[in-house]
Amino acid sequence: MTKGMRKYFKKKIFWFVITFIAAVILNFILPRLMPGDPVNSIVGKNISPGATQEQVQEQIAYYQHQFGLDKDIFGQFWDFVKNAFNGTFGVSYSQYPRLVSDIIGSSIWWTVALQLPAILVGWLLGNLLGALAAYKRSFYDKALMPVTLFFSAIPAFGAAVILLVVFAVNLKWAPVNGAFDPGMIPSFSWKFISSVIAHYQLPFWSIVLISIGGQAVGMRSMSIYELNADYVKYARFLGIKDKKIVRYVFRNAMLPQVTGLAMSIGAMVGGALVAETIFSYPGLGMSMYAAINSSDYPVISACTLIITVMVLIASFLLDIIYAFIDPRVKAAQFD
Amino acid sequence: MKNTLRNVFHSPRFLVGFIIFMIILLTVLIYPWFVHRDPLQGLGKGFLEPGTYLSVYDANDTDTYRVELPEAAANRLEASLPTEDRQMMIDYLKAMGVDVSGLDTSNEKMEDLLVAWNANYDEADAKKNKYEGFATQAKRNALRRLDNKIKSSNSNVTMSVVKGEGDDATVKTVNGNDFVKVDEVANSVNLPLGTDNFGRDTLTELVEATGISLLIGLIAGSIATLLGLLVGLLAGYVGGVLDDILMFIANIFTVIPGFVLLILIYSALGAESRGIVTCAVIIGITSWVWTARSVRSQVISLRNRDHVNLSKLSGHSLFRIVTTDILPYIASYVVMAFILQVSSGILAEAQLSMLGLGPNPNELPTLGLMMNWAKLFGAYTSSNAWWAYFPVIMVIALISFSLNLMNTGLDQVFNPTLRD
Repeated sequence: MTKGMRKYFKKKIFWFVITFIAAVILNFILPRLMPGDPVNSIVGKNISPGATQEQVQEQIAYYQHQFGLDKDIFGQFWDFVKNAFNGTFGVSYSQYPRLVSDIIGSSIWWTVALQLPAILVGWLLGNLLGALAAYKRSFYDKALMPVTLFFSAIPAFGAAVILLVVFAVNLKWAPVNGAFDPGMIPSFSWKFISSVIAHYQLPFWSIVLISIGGQAVGMRSMSIYELNADYVKYARFLGIKDKKIVRYVFRNAMLPQVTGLAMSIGAMVGGALVAETIFSYPGLGMSMYAAINSSDYPVISACTLIITVMVLIASFLLDIIYAFIDPRVKAAQFD
Repeated sequence: MKNTLRNVFHSPRFLVGFIIFMIILLTVLIYPWFVHRDPLQGLGKGFLEPGTYLSVYDANDTDTYRVELPEAAANRLEASLPTEDRQMMIDYLKAMGVDVSGLDTSNEKMEDLLVAWNANYDEADAKKNKYEGFATQAKRNALRRLDNKIKSSNSNVTMSVVKGEGDDATVKTVNGNDFVKVDEVANSVNLPLGTDNFGRDTLTELVEATGISLLIGLIAGSIATLLGLLVGLLAGYVGGVLDDILMFIANIFTVIPGFVLLILIYSALGAESRGIVTCAVIIGITSWVWTARSVRSQVISLRNRDHVNLSKLSGHSLFRIVTTDILPYIASYVVMAFILQVSSGILAEAQLSMLGLGPNPNELPTLGLMMNWAKLFGAYTSSNAWWAYFPVIMVIALISFSLNLMNTGLDQVFNPTLRD
């Protein structure tokens, strides 16, 4: 490992830690700015109509103690951090006394298993298509470009809705919602796994489709830019084979695409989470949707914290990968 | 300036994008002059299919004209014989031993089917109870009713309409070839995109929602661009500690997804306090980071150019240097960033609304709210009401498409290396 790389990694780790802390603080503070007291609404729901003023007060005090809201702001923050690190994320407001981890525990894995492969496949396919379009530059490129631009303008949820209506509702090729047949109990049987795979298709392809468009457009213009660069012209004059030149061009055009993925992954995950809710896929998007509709702030902030951390880790990993493929970082000249 | 504008409008991409965007904008502005309906007013209950709706009562009361339409009987049959009935006819013919290989339930085969039916159906025959699948009384009655319907479909049939009650009742006879003129019917409504789940006219609602969403995009885009420009200029031109602090904040917010921030702020606000402008402003102040970073890096590269140094030596004020020596160089970039911010602002609103975090739904419709209502009331699945969501998706796609086209067009004008 060169000195430059070490410096680069140190810088990246520093920013990872700083943003992580900032994310935790924001997740703590923002929900506490909300108007209205969550305890009042729970007490209002649970208390019997004939209760006296003292009983109501008693109940409020009880729940405030349960949620730790009777402590000062630093005490609450300490609880929040503690709960985040032991993975329980505290007690849910709307489904008291269930733990937040109980509610969203399995949804994380559904989301990871859906979005990670889908975004990667979409990114790869998009880059391949973009590079091909740039290299061919023929009629197809000219004709397909506006079409691709239009399709990449369709929002994530729009693509999801169209896929759902065409393939699930009308053609009945795939199930309409969920991650497996509602009558099934998760197990390692062939029947269950095939049901999971059938339910996986539409959400997966809708996320792939969304990511292809944008990536292809970006990769195409990057590749065109590189193909017009002086080193390519020089290499052509030298008589270097096209195949070899294309390899250089592709590699150089890839670099900004890796950074681009690191930067856009947050937005992509956001779009994909909304797409999840269209298919009622039991991931974080769905948990968040349910929590938002029942004003369950601990669940919302747990979901957002998990998403933020996932995005942070993804972009951190991409930064590390970037260091290995960018010769400039290796050569210790990186800023 | 004039020259630049001419170049920009000579770019085909920009021009196409600009035209699409202007068409959308003009539609939003002009439509209310012609249709005065309140976009949130419910006209009926639930989803109505697109089409023109005439009041049956008024149609009966309107003067009738005799029109001899040659295909009237066929049309009436086509409309009154659903697929199930046609299938039953085919099943019966099959049971009778007729060759049904050339028949199906489509409108094109209607005539053949009727010929075969009239040749082979015989009520007395059916009563003999010898055909498989048509042995029960209920089935035989169904067949008889079907036969009656077919026999009485010619244009000479009449129908009696009774108006009023008791002794005051009048009877009006309607002939099979009596027609009313659509614009003479007292009450009719044209719903080109049907109604949504609340019974609202989807087209009127869509136009209004498009306007609101464009407004949200414009407000969010302006705020994001202005903030980004300000921060970028300060960080880039002033530099020093200010640069460090601003970039520290910017670095944090580049990695924390803006989407997550929006969810946290919106859910903290509560539905009642989320007005249109509030929503737009919040989207704006959470998405300035990219503009700020790019402006900063461009300003840094401009800061030490000769013309800027000359300005400094001449003792020009900071404001003058920034406005005359720096801004013109980054103006094209800022315009492009603004266009992208508008498009992503509209998208952000739509996505948040889909999660149930949209602007207050009782005030005004937005594109995102319309999508969310379509989802909540089963337009995709149970109701299969394409008119409630598909036009919305297309409008969102067209807006982003036109803005993206304008952006790539500008990019090609200002970055000649990208030119085709």
